[in-house]
Amino acid sequence: MAAKRAERLVNLVIALLGTRQYVSAAKIRTIVPGYEPDDGTDRADEAFKRMFERDKAELREIGVPLETGRTSAFDTEDGYRIARADYELPEITLTGEEAAAVGLALRLWQSAQLAGAAQGALVKLRAAGVAVDQSRGLSIQPRLDAGEPAFEPCYAAARDRRALTFDYRRPDEQSATRRRVQPWGLVAWHGRWYLVGHDLDRQAARVFRLSRVTGTPRASGPAGAFEPPADLDLASVVAGSERREEQLVIVRARPGTAIGLRRHATPLGAADDGDDRLELRTTEPWALADELAAYGPDVLVEAPQRMREAVVARLSELASLGERA
Amino acid sequence: MTPPSTAERMTRLLALVPYLTARPDGVRLADAAADFGVTEAQLRRDLDLLWVCGLPGHGPGDLIDLAFEGDRVRITFTAGMVRPLRLSTDEAVALIVALRTLLELPGLAEGEAVSRALAKVSAAAGHPAEVRAPVAISVGARAQSLAVVREGVERRRALHLHYYVPSRDERTERTVDPMRLLLVDGHWYLEAWCRRAEGVRLFRLDRIDEVAVLDEPAAPPPQAHERDLDDGLYQPGEEEPQVRLRLARTARWIADYYPVEEQTEVSDPPGGLAVTVRTSDLSWARRLVASLGGAATVDEPVELAAQVAADARAALARYAD
Repeated sequence: MAAKRAERLVNLVIALLGTRQYVSAAKIRTIVPGYEPDDGTDRADEAFKRMFERDKAELREIGVPLETGRTSAFDTEDGYRIARADYELPEITLTGEEAAAVGLALRLWQSAQLAGAAQGALVKLRAAGVAVDQSRGLSIQPRLDAGEPAFEPCYAAARDRRALTFDYRRPDEQSATRRRVQPWGLVAWHGRWYLVGHDLDRQAARVFRLSRVTGTPRASGPAGAFEPPADLDLASVVAGSERREEQLVIVRARPGTAIGLRRHATPLGAADDGDDRLELRTTEPWALADELAAYGPDVLVEAPQRMREAVVARLSELASLGERA
Repeated sequence: MTPPSTAERMTRLLALVPYLTARPDGVRLADAAADFGVTEAQLRRDLDLLWVCGLPGHGPGDLIDLAFEGDRVRITFTAGMVRPLRLSTDEAVALIVALRTLLELPGLAEGEAVSRALAKVSAAAGHPAEVRAPVAISVGARAQSLAVVREGVERRRALHLHYYVPSRDERTERTVDPMRLLLVDGHWYLEAWCRRAEGVRLFRLDRIDEVAVLDEPAAPPPQAHERDLDDGLYQPGEEEPQVRLRLARTARWIADYYPVEEQTEVSDPPGGLAVTVRTSDLSWARRLVASLGGAATVDEPVELAAQVAADARAALARYAD
């Protein structure tokens, strides 16, 4: 940004922090250097108004609590001030260990969407006298947002509590459908990002995979338009939506094969043909059927019959692949 | 959310005077620059700018005053900017979510310090923190190996791993030189030099079945570079062979999940998607196609389809017995 403008903004903050009275725009124009001086022309007035409007917006955007009001009944127009108590970061004292934890935590965002915000927080904590040392500790680097263009608009709408409209395409549907949602928040769960919210058309809580959102979600209406449930636990909403009844599956695997399956299985000993019998538990039987079919002749499903049939159906499809190619 | 340079510089300018106020004995310019994450030259420009700012009147006694002594700077007049600006909502969210994520990590020794820091930060964040953070990160609980891997990374020791490779359905044993730990979309990865493969590899922590810290120091060779992850975790080389698949509607999610090079809508099958993936690991492609149970057909290479079909026929023969 231009040094002149930065200088003017800093002077504006200092001037408004230093007063309890509301200061009119006209007064600000005379006491804060850098504004277009009043030479009586409309052009200069216009230029000042434009600059001042932009400056106010800029300060509000970075979180400066700029108040508008009148000090007394005799004031003829609104003035401005910054209440020191609202402006200042409260006292915060962290022990060395606690400061190290903060440094560690903020590294989580190093290359993610909230990285800029994390850096801002760090700057302010250091300015408050907290010695956050990021050189020690974990060399953790996260990417919490990889490849999810919908993250930012969904986050902003959830933060501001504004209604959100987006197109959502389920994998089993031919085309995307328009959804209107009150977004409660975003959750990274089992390696994927989800949006949790109240679906306005279905009048119920719904969970959306961010990667299935097509196009750019749009927020509409005023901020603070709704309240998420008081006892909301975002992660458990997603977990609940994925939770289904557990099923037991018994398979036979040739010795030394199906290593991945064995990592989640309980061994039941050897079958009469020398294969290992394994017990599996699943809440997603169709996903397990996919996995079992992928092991080819190394794995044979014993029970239940439904799982046997599902795997045989997949294998039959696969067996015809060579002919089609 | 990612502040443009204007907002970033304003945040810094408003924080600099309080920063110096909190360090009344002065601070080395180089240290201050590092604390703000800028170059020393940029820090000097910022201080020069502040030096001409001050209270209305802008007389000599109204301006922010700094004393430079050698490579150090200290503040002698603050013009009333003694405390930094409170945290914005995004800043509070970034901080609080990150601390909560740390708390969830298995085997984290600093758990108590993290809880205390979380309580203090939430209190200091004031209003924005009362807003329930609209982001949560639920880390897979299976990453029990995290504490051991982390120890190896921090103490710069080699690690011995039993690692499950899903594409080949193998459990492998290898010695690696750790470089860094990554948290990507809720999964932990160890980036390390693999002595067996003689290359940099990413190891997903939930696929590490056993891990031990060795006495010998971690010594990744000079050619071991951290990968730039901007284009995703897996970046196939251009020389790798292409696999061309046709996905039925139910398998379109593949295009979200894997680094697909090209994708085209097709009508055969109806609502389908033709995708191109590059991989030198045909056994990976084979497992992928087989796991889709017919919802993906193979356009190229022809032998891939033949292999999948042959496996399936052999399996069907067992069911027929």
